[in-house]
Amino acid sequence: MRLKHFLFGLLGVVIVACAGFFAIAWKSAIAPIRPLDRTSFDQALIHKGAMLAAVGNCTACHTQPGGRSFAGSFALPTPFGTIYSSNITPDPETGIGTWSEAAFNRAMREGVSRDGKHLYPAFPFDHFTLVSDEDNKALYAFLMTRPPVKQSPPANELPFPLNIRLVLAGWKLLFFNEGPFQKVASESEEWNRGAYLVNGLGHCGACHTPRNMFGAERAGMHLAGGQAEGWSAPALNPSSPAPIPWTQDSLFAYLRQGWHADHGVTNGPMGEVTGNLGLLPDSDVKTIATYVAALMGTPSPERQQRGEQIRKKIGEDFVLASARTDTPAGRGAAIYQAACATCHDGSRPLPFGGINFHLSSTINAPDAQNAINMVLFGLPAASGRQSAIMPGFAAAMTDEQLTDLLAYLRETFAGQPAWPDVAARAADTRSGKFQVSVRPSDGIERGPDDIGAQDQ
Amino acid sequence: MMRLNVNGAVHEVEADPSTPLLYVLRNDLKLNAAKFGCGMGQCGACTVMVDGKAVFSCLTPIMLLEGRRIKTVEGLGTIDNPGPMQQAFIAEQSAQCGYCIAGMMMRAQALLESKPDATDADIRTALEPNLCRCGTHMRILKSVQRARELMKSASATPVSAG
Repeated sequence: MRLKHFLFGLLGVVIVACAGFFAIAWKSAIAPIRPLDRTSFDQALIHKGAMLAAVGNCTACHTQPGGRSFAGSFALPTPFGTIYSSNITPDPETGIGTWSEAAFNRAMREGVSRDGKHLYPAFPFDHFTLVSDEDNKALYAFLMTRPPVKQSPPANELPFPLNIRLVLAGWKLLFFNEGPFQKVASESEEWNRGAYLVNGLGHCGACHTPRNMFGAERAGMHLAGGQAEGWSAPALNPSSPAPIPWTQDSLFAYLRQGWHADHGVTNGPMGEVTGNLGLLPDSDVKTIATYVAALMGTPSPERQQRGEQIRKKIGEDFVLASARTDTPAGRGAAIYQAACATCHDGSRPLPFGGINFHLSSTINAPDAQNAINMVLFGLPAASGRQSAIMPGFAAAMTDEQLTDLLAYLRETFAGQPAWPDVAARAADTRSGKFQVSVRPSDGIERGPDDIGAQDQ
Repeated sequence: MMRLNVNGAVHEVEADPSTPLLYVLRNDLKLNAAKFGCGMGQCGACTVMVDGKAVFSCLTPIMLLEGRRIKTVEGLGTIDNPGPMQQAFIAEQSAQCGYCIAGMMMRAQALLESKPDATDADIRTALEPNLCRCGTHMRILKSVQRARELMKSASATPVSAG
């Protein structure tokens, strides 16, 4: 009898729990609206929305390379499978043309689509929940006045049970904190604005914060260095790998123009980010730099000193270590001299010359992935504009040669032991087992004075 | 002294191991098909094949290439007996000034050897790194499409060189 009671009791608990879960998980549809008259939106609001869409880098995921703007279908590789982005043009059938502003706000704030479906956190609603009502209003005005495009994304390639969207309600229970941005009273207005942009619409943590096994950003590891689209996104906190510590000024210049003489050019998915940030008013880019510089903190005296030493080294003539054939670094030295040094130790300055590796965060990074990506795939030119470029060496260099080269670069330019897993990583990167998005460079609107760029 | 396998023959070359392959091909081996364009891997005029893949020979030092198979346009056929890729480019009269054509043929050859059924879109994507300043892109694309069909039919009949 006791067992029977227990079983009934258990059943009751399970039913209540399920009912509770469904009560939370179930999201109602928001009624569709008739397509809006594009002229009904205020021009200033649309312009504000365009700036905000640039902060959010919306186009990067919601546009296929070479495709129509914001029409979606971009394949985003994740550790769980490939997710295809949705069409956010105002097409009523395949886009968000029937979404009311309330539906748009709910998607941003809760990660739920107009019809009540939970959205995958590849759409960073965990950041967008911080976006203010006014900013969502402007974003809505901007998106609803884009040319509508009829285009539906392919079905996501996700294994069971991740292909069941209800699972996402559980994910949200565990990892999602809904709610608007909270100002920190003890910090400046500028810092707060930067924090709002970085952690909200800018969703920097989506790449720069490490994720747990469920794909959620790890609590307590805010901007401590993460991964995205086959690239390692460096730490933006005190453990930044930059040989010369970042400053507010260098961050501003880098984010504004896509390169900085102390740090090199943006590459991988970051090229698009700086390309978009270049459209913003300088004041907004400055607030982002203020916040990130504060997060990195004042570098220790040792780091400062090391930065100064590196500056001195760059001024000196580089003496090549004698190339020996009996050590990996020795063989790598010969490859560096023959294949890399012309640009990376040449007379042409950044951004059109290669970075001196003493300055390279990539060579100083905890893992070899970005260095492998760069050597194999290079940096494709920006379309129709001046830009930094690098040819890829995937077909020219074997994994063994790449291993030797990186051993040399690590030893000579970072003063650190070789990464242990270069050959295995390189093989997986080549085969596509480890997917890497190769993106063009951020175009350089204006180069240094001495290399023929035109003054206005 | 380095040994390089070019078009199936092993050559011993005296050049410094850091010399770009393009210079060795043209100056030491007198294989003049591959051209010097930009010297930065940005135009594709110097494209040759290494182990079946297209590489920019202008920035590939020969030290990387010992024991690997290098192929140039000279390895695709002869004037009297042109290979399918060459036949196609002759038939479509793709060359305007012709400077880019050797590179175009080698990148197209690398594509069709690894993907005999390459679609027209594949061809466009694959040839993207190679530039042509005369504007003969449409004829180049037609040539590669023709080469694809020729390479599929075993009985590709040579056309006379003219």
